[in-house]
Amino acid sequence: MTAPTTTAARPLDVPAAPVPTVGSHVRDYLARVRGGDMGALPAVLGLIVLCAIFSVLHDSFLTQGNFANLFTQGAAVTVIAMGLVFVLLLGEIDLSAGFASGVCAAVLAQLVTLRGFPWYVAVLAAIATGALIGFVLGFLVAKVGIPSFVVTLAAFLAFQGVVLLLIKGGTNVSVHDEVIRAIEIRNMPPWLGWAMAVVGIAGYAAVQLLRHRNRTARGLVTEPLAVVWFRIGVLAVLVGTAVHILNLERSHNPLVSLRGVPIVVPIIVLLLVLWTFVLNRTAYGRHIYAVGGNREAARRAGINVDRIRISVFVICSSMAAVGGIIAASRGGSVDANTGGSNVLLYAVGAAVIGGTSLFGGKGRVFDAVLGGAVIAVIDNGMALMNVSSGVKYVFTGLVLLAAASVDAVSRRRATATGNR
Amino acid sequence: MSATPLLELRGIDKSFGPVQVLRNVDFSVTAGEVTALVGDNGAGKSTLVKCISGIYSIDSGEIVFDGRPVRINSPRDAAALGIEVVYQDLALCDNLDIVQNMFLGREKRSGLVLDEPTMEQMAAETLAGLSVRTVKSLRQHVSSLSGGQRQTVAIAKAVLWNSRVVILDEPTAALGVAQTAQVLELVRRLADNGLAVVLISHNMNDVFAVSDQIAMLYLGQMVAQLRTSEVTHAQVVELITAGRSGGLGLSGDNGDGANGTGTSGADRHDTPPTATTEPGVDR
Repeated sequence: MTAPTTTAARPLDVPAAPVPTVGSHVRDYLARVRGGDMGALPAVLGLIVLCAIFSVLHDSFLTQGNFANLFTQGAAVTVIAMGLVFVLLLGEIDLSAGFASGVCAAVLAQLVTLRGFPWYVAVLAAIATGALIGFVLGFLVAKVGIPSFVVTLAAFLAFQGVVLLLIKGGTNVSVHDEVIRAIEIRNMPPWLGWAMAVVGIAGYAAVQLLRHRNRTARGLVTEPLAVVWFRIGVLAVLVGTAVHILNLERSHNPLVSLRGVPIVVPIIVLLLVLWTFVLNRTAYGRHIYAVGGNREAARRAGINVDRIRISVFVICSSMAAVGGIIAASRGGSVDANTGGSNVLLYAVGAAVIGGTSLFGGKGRVFDAVLGGAVIAVIDNGMALMNVSSGVKYVFTGLVLLAAASVDAVSRRRATATGNR
Repeated sequence: MSATPLLELRGIDKSFGPVQVLRNVDFSVTAGEVTALVGDNGAGKSTLVKCISGIYSIDSGEIVFDGRPVRINSPRDAAALGIEVVYQDLALCDNLDIVQNMFLGREKRSGLVLDEPTMEQMAAETLAGLSVRTVKSLRQHVSSLSGGQRQTVAIAKAVLWNSRVVILDEPTAALGVAQTAQVLELVRRLADNGLAVVLISHNMNDVFAVSDQIAMLYLGQMVAQLRTSEVTHAQVVELITAGRSGGLGLSGDNGDGANGTGTSGADRHDTPPTATTEPGVDR
């Protein structure tokens, strides 16, 4: 009676799904977009529209010099936003990420300038400080059970004070270390930029094609090879164009040459690849999505939910520390305002504009880069047009609001169509 | 009884403080059969299931699995024995796809990296083994599935791990007519595939449609465990609501004799749980 009496007679239909073609792939994508799963679309469209507007309104927006500025201006916010994506994925928030980056930058400045430690010790100490901050925040949220909004709001105030204490009130501490300064103000030689671009594109292509071949060999449903090549092609064109423009001469002074990819760019790409790998390809990343999607289900699946919750705060604050280092590198000094004013809102805005949901469970590290680009374009374009700070804040606020509305509306629409 | 039970509970007691929720409960599950566990609200069904799945520890009594006394102290112990529970509220993550949900918490890896192709293949094989034909793609998010499909995924998730006992908590409670039929068919197929299935349900039609045995709980006591063919609808309802029906069920004083005709643990003698080395405990 234990024999499988019925299964043998029944058709085994599951693997026999229709083989996708390019046409069906495009149709699926359009259906997903209509169903509320818009992914990167709003941010990409927003970026194009904003660039178009600013280039019409101001001649120098579309120059190679300004293009390079976009990267260096947006770097710190983008890196902080990458960390915030992890916290947002759990439906939590870290309001202290901005000033956490300030605290870590102050630690860096203290060690490297006032105490004369070598740069790597200072950088490690800054990141360790971030990790410690994140652990404390995560512990208070996960183990003590205080809502993350409250914990990080308290930390927001407290860290503001810590920055003041670390730089001994009021004054600023300059950072002159050559290596740290180089992150934001130095460029790679043009050949190195090209070499890295080629290696990056080749690596991406290899990973994509190998995965495609592996899945095909195992008889699993795969996307059409043409789509894979299309993605590789788009990446190659975008990266190639960017490297080409960055390698153009952008110095106005004929005696000094200023060209090449800013050193901060490969750092951001490296962080993007690292965290994307963690989120998409490791069990840990899968568990982050699970906890963000349904905490109870994750707990029943044997996932240590508290550990996941603490760990995302550690990642977030550590990335804030990296953002702080970049900010210190850019400014050449750390003052009471490092990581303050609009840094946090820009970072949260970047993540949300890129497509990361404030409700948890949905988001990618790439969103932070995309949203960071939008924020950088707005900030940069507004500065070029010399609008007042008032206008700038109002406009940025509206863009953030628009992004959050897109998130909320697409979520509602997704619930209606069962697409989420 | 056509076969020896795969899982057998003898004299289980469980109290929460002063409240005794389970009193001397005997319960047995046979491989290849669907055993329905019925009872009114508060009768102790959920508590019994949580004792089996290791969420609660039992106060006294004995659990025998595959002829050997076992201790189940945590959900991990239960999983190691091959006991899986499909909860009423499903415990699926909407934002993950079918494969990701089925392997949640037990992902296959090669080194540090998730082994997606292997997981997808295993998921496809499991669903094929259950003759599930209703899902379009294994990579669609669970949020886009219907209630019946979600239930199917939840059940397939439980079956994936070479499990031997699958406990289903009200699997049809939230489903429409067609989907209920679909899920019941699946439940039957699990048993036909050789698993021991425990079906908790309030719906007598479902119970009579698929079960081989019915175990009835009444106020924390097992009033009877009978072959489905030997009882009528009315008898079961009476046993659930009053604790007895004619000659079946609890006898006059409600302390002892908590077994009707045909129950498995008829002549129980309280074996101390320390006797773990003896293989087949006599019945």
